[in-house]
Amino acid sequence: MNRANQDKHVLVAMSGGVDSSVALYLLHEQGYTVSGATMKLWDYKDVGGEDHARADGGCCDLNAINNARAVCDKLGVRHYVLDFSGIFRQTVIENFVSEYRRGRTPNPCVLCNTKIKWEKFLERARGIGCDYIATGHYAITGIDEATGRSFLDRGKDWTKDQAYALWGVTQDALAHTLLPLGPLTKEETRAIAAGAGLKTACVPESMEICFVADNNYERFIREYVNMEIPKGDIVTEEGKVVGEHKGIPFYTVGQRKGLGIAHPTPLYVKKIDVEANRVIVGEKQSVHASEFTVSDLNWVSKTPTVETFSGNVQIRYNHRACPAMVIPQQDNRLLVRFSDPQPAITPGQSAVVFDGDRILVGGIID
Amino acid sequence: METVYLDNNSTTPMHPDVIELMAKHMVSTYGNPSSVHKLGQEAKVLMEESREKVANLLGAKSSEIYFTSGGTEADNIAVKGAALRGLKQNKNHVITSQIEHHAVLESVHYLEKNGFEATLIGCNHDGVVSIDELKNALRPETAIASVMMANNETGVIQPIKEMASVCHAAGVPFHTDAVQAVGKIPVNVEDLGVDMLSLSGHKIYGPKGIGVIYIKKGTKITPLSHGGSHERRKRAGTENVISIIGLAKAMEIAIGKLEKEQARMRELSEYFITAVQSAIPEVYLNGSRETRIPSTVNLSFKGVEGEAIILSLDIKGIEVSSGSACTSGSLEASHVLKAMNTDVLLAQGSIRFSMGKDTTKEQLEYTVSVLPEIITRLRKMSAAYQNPA
Repeated sequence: MNRANQDKHVLVAMSGGVDSSVALYLLHEQGYTVSGATMKLWDYKDVGGEDHARADGGCCDLNAINNARAVCDKLGVRHYVLDFSGIFRQTVIENFVSEYRRGRTPNPCVLCNTKIKWEKFLERARGIGCDYIATGHYAITGIDEATGRSFLDRGKDWTKDQAYALWGVTQDALAHTLLPLGPLTKEETRAIAAGAGLKTACVPESMEICFVADNNYERFIREYVNMEIPKGDIVTEEGKVVGEHKGIPFYTVGQRKGLGIAHPTPLYVKKIDVEANRVIVGEKQSVHASEFTVSDLNWVSKTPTVETFSGNVQIRYNHRACPAMVIPQQDNRLLVRFSDPQPAITPGQSAVVFDGDRILVGGIID
Repeated sequence: METVYLDNNSTTPMHPDVIELMAKHMVSTYGNPSSVHKLGQEAKVLMEESREKVANLLGAKSSEIYFTSGGTEADNIAVKGAALRGLKQNKNHVITSQIEHHAVLESVHYLEKNGFEATLIGCNHDGVVSIDELKNALRPETAIASVMMANNETGVIQPIKEMASVCHAAGVPFHTDAVQAVGKIPVNVEDLGVDMLSLSGHKIYGPKGIGVIYIKKGTKITPLSHGGSHERRKRAGTENVISIIGLAKAMEIAIGKLEKEQARMRELSEYFITAVQSAIPEVYLNGSRETRIPSTVNLSFKGVEGEAIILSLDIKGIEVSSGSACTSGSLEASHVLKAMNTDVLLAQGSIRFSMGKDTTKEQLEYTVSVLPEIITRLRKMSAAYQNPA
């Protein structure tokens, strides 16, 4: 028990799963004054999919809220439900749908972290007098004495790789963030939960996009847009029509499955041309590229610079970061040049530049 | 840390005498009042004694008192029961006010979805429902009019006697939801002239899950639940005998102390309103200061979200509710404050402080002492307060 921590009040964002439960438990053990809060981000009646959703519901359903509350109650700490469904819809869901309609592939978790958890939730925590927020993300943060900046590193458990989705968190927000699971593996977390008798020890992992409860994002977009989405041609790079697409929003760069094309060699989505309402496909080699630009930058551990630097760049959740040169541009963008061409550099996804485990800067692929 | 409970309009702690009496009967009085044998007879006698007690306390006859599972069920029986009955005479219109509890509003909404027409009458800025609007809303085909006696969010007391007489002049039965009034201000059904009245046990230091619908002799309703012939065929289901005993006892205690408590509450709430307003600028009382259940104080803190205040107070051990069904992001204000035409910036920052029998001056002084820091902090963060449109 650390007495110095006692004066520090932490609001822990609790999804009702095992990770955030253990985050709360560990901070409580470390002597912090903790309270839990579960964000209500969406409702089945607004986002649909209830009939096909998993029986245990995942985050934001009543079960999850009750589980989080049970964990808090066991530790004798307060628990609140914060309704952010209005702002979540306006920012995350709105962006999710509009990006797909623009032929891009959004990462709603990144936007939710940046705009909801590390903005609205932090704001509410400060409003009620808390000093920090905490979550169950597997990542490590602290102050880099050399630069005076807050750094953000991958957690010990690389298989979880959650630092990637946190690249958008501002310096001010990071300075008010505790990530107690950073030094743990998922197995260790589960063991702590079981040892402490937390009700959420065995809650299964949620991997899907939370508000697409049935994991059917085509269904979701069709219901949300609620109007006819025009079909169009699938064409080769030479302009030869090889099939029909069911609507621009339902394709993503690099996609192979579900194109419904008979062709001697496998074809991949190379580009989505919204203006012409066409999906352009090509052979595997043709969807590889070395160069792309990145916008909406957030400089994390690295002090903003105009000079070229090198790093390992990760271009989607399951991508292994690869060596690249990073060349800052005049218009607040980065030009990234991979040493080796990479498949499916997808507009709308996040590109994050690492130095080892450390996030230097992140942004959205143009 | 001491807990300061200022949410007595949500629910109240049970009175120790009620607990003692109920505990005793939980052991001995387990008979079913419908049974023929001695154990059943004993339960029946106790239940009827309780009914008699409740009737006397309300100025009613015991045959006009029906026990329910609470205020919500009582409201449902009154509003939907009278409407369904009205259908037999081709009446398909109901009237209520915009400031009702959801038990009434949603019952009316249900009727609307099932072919009824509804008129929701408004109120003035003080939160008092308009008698003129009620007069204008009455039609030959009106099956029921329902207006609450005291509002749960603001505590504002409504002119029920006048409304009942206006309705009767038009041949329309009148119901009042008196859940927030009974035990806090004098309630006499004969004096009020109402045809139906709802009340609840847990708002007056009694148990949860028990309530009463008073139905004046001759008032026709269609029952909503069907089964045995309990409660004169108006509400099927084995009676909750122990809670009925508890409810009657709780009413007896609350009404017995009513005059003294009312004066004490008036003094405490006047102190509280004045003290908060002098400690913090731009704090406004919602609803009439005079025509109010004195234990309810609904304050708006300009430019601050109610939810943030509630959580901040909770961390300091002070338990209150928001007067608004506010949700972060969407700044949806409470339907009651909306009906009162309250400024949006004020409505979203409304807090209901509802005092009870255990509330002390010291607790209110503590509350007054912690509020300024909270409001100052939140106003510093509030764009709406810093840069008013």
